[in-house]
Amino acid sequence: MDATAEMPVAVSPVQQRMAPPSRFGDRAFEWLTLAMASVVVVLVILIGWELWVGSSLAIKKFGFHFLATSTWDPVAEEFGALPFIFGTLVSSAIALIIAVPLGIATAAYLTELAPLWIRQPLTSLIEMLAAIPSVILGLWGIFVMVPWLRDYPFPFLKHYFGWIPLFTGPIYGPCMFAGGIIIAIMILPIITSVSREILRSVPDLQREAAYALGATRWEATRIAVLSYAKKGLFGAVILGLGRALGETLAVTMVIGNTPQIVASLFKPGYTLASVLANEFTEATTDTYLGALFEIGLVLFGITILVNLLAQVLLRTIATTSATRAVQ
Amino acid sequence: MRSKRTDNHSWRKIKSALASTTAFVSAILVILPLGLVFFHLLVNGINSVNWDFFTKLPAPVGEVGGGMANAIVGSLELLALAGVIGIPVGVLGGVYLAEYGSARINSVLRFLADVLNGIPSITWGVVVYGLIVLRFKSFSVLAGGLALGLIMIPLILRTTEEVVLLVPNGYREAALALGVSRWQTIVHIVMKTASKGIITGILLALARIGGETAPLLFTAFGNRFWNHSLTQPIAALPLQIYTYAISPYDDWHRQAWAGALVLVTGIFCVNVLVRFLTRGRGAPVA
Repeated sequence: MDATAEMPVAVSPVQQRMAPPSRFGDRAFEWLTLAMASVVVVLVILIGWELWVGSSLAIKKFGFHFLATSTWDPVAEEFGALPFIFGTLVSSAIALIIAVPLGIATAAYLTELAPLWIRQPLTSLIEMLAAIPSVILGLWGIFVMVPWLRDYPFPFLKHYFGWIPLFTGPIYGPCMFAGGIIIAIMILPIITSVSREILRSVPDLQREAAYALGATRWEATRIAVLSYAKKGLFGAVILGLGRALGETLAVTMVIGNTPQIVASLFKPGYTLASVLANEFTEATTDTYLGALFEIGLVLFGITILVNLLAQVLLRTIATTSATRAVQ
Repeated sequence: MRSKRTDNHSWRKIKSALASTTAFVSAILVILPLGLVFFHLLVNGINSVNWDFFTKLPAPVGEVGGGMANAIVGSLELLALAGVIGIPVGVLGGVYLAEYGSARINSVLRFLADVLNGIPSITWGVVVYGLIVLRFKSFSVLAGGLALGLIMIPLILRTTEEVVLLVPNGYREAALALGVSRWQTIVHIVMKTASKGIITGILLALARIGGETAPLLFTAFGNRFWNHSLTQPIAALPLQIYTYAISPYDDWHRQAWAGALVLVTGIFCVNVLVRFLTRGRGAPVA
């Protein structure tokens, strides 16, 4: 290299004419793309700031009591978010109880247990389920799922498990339980597809070692694959939780929209996202609007924490495919 | 001793078969809602999808008939506006991540984009309400389009980054070696090579926001008539479905089913188109 560098180079007239290309275009393009990429930073700050400013009035007026009181009376201007936080947490918990075992079992089926020819079609169907808009699932929920639940499974549960406080009281139709089920349907595709990517990223050596020791298919799946991927699967579940907490339209349509804290799952409930959907355009006073903005702030705070946790858990797996499935 | 071992072995085999069956049943349960939703959409919606549905305005309360022409056009208008906001930002941002960004900056940006993707869509509605609607004292097409466009940004950014990264380095080197400047290399060689993937990402994002209702509730707001101005409220198909679904009128319920059928058909057409575009390049079987 040194030798060539020291060699005298004859500068031909042609080369002289070729001035070094202008760097302006390069710099401009790099700055342009950088500006566009930094929009994501701006957006995160913008959301936080806008929600904070919007709710400042309510925060000043109610302080931390907002999170701990359960009166929601727009006429008297008394606002407490507790029933909504309760409804959000309970409906999401129901959704996770249903969706996590089903989603992970389906993911295990798709990667480990199913015959090869069935895997791709099933995966496509699950992607199609993910493409159904919330409002359409809600429509189906109101007119098909809720009446069916009210007529068959709910009376059954009440008859046999009525001694548990969860299954007491009259059965109206729209209720916390129905809300949880509809959320479960909404988050099943994401839990399934992220879990599937995670199981696929488990090295084949794991499986081969298990089979070499004489494990059956299920034993290999349990010992070598599922337990190996535990952390990533937990990430998938947390990600599903994030989606469950923010699910809006479908839940609003079937949960009954009554702010109350009761044990029975057959009673109507209300979630943070639902109260925003229902009451935002009706907010007549500044305090009312401020309280709703604060509900938005609470929802944003909860979902961002849950999503951060999910991202951290999934990042450690460091598979691009897992993050791709997130979308 | 021997028989005990065989027993144990067959028990393990039974257990394995049981586990496989359970997993199979789970998979069926997961896709069951898809089948049911489709079935009921067809049964309840097909009769109300007719010429009037695509050409007429909603009928006043109590009158039978009418259509959702304004909502369909409104949805397309909102999508176009969202695209104008979301596509350039998302695509160019994704190009930055793939072509320029250092590992540290990229990991931060990617992280934030993924976090944004996880934010409930109704939050975007609240933010745009504060940003636009409160300030200009009116629900508007602009507000609705902005809310949808902002949702698109992180989606498109991530897909664009991924497909641009797939372009082999040899292409870049070949262009640079010919004396083409870096930005021209990126625009004319790299992005052109990745264009199919970029378009796929854009289409998927459009399909996703095309069904969004929550961010439109208090931005676009809905409208029973034709909209003639960007600063006026506008109807959108998902909004109309929502309003009709929670109304007490049977005829509106029928219209809601019809609207839902049309919306789902549109979304699935886009998804099929995407499958067609990515055919041969996509994920190999398991």
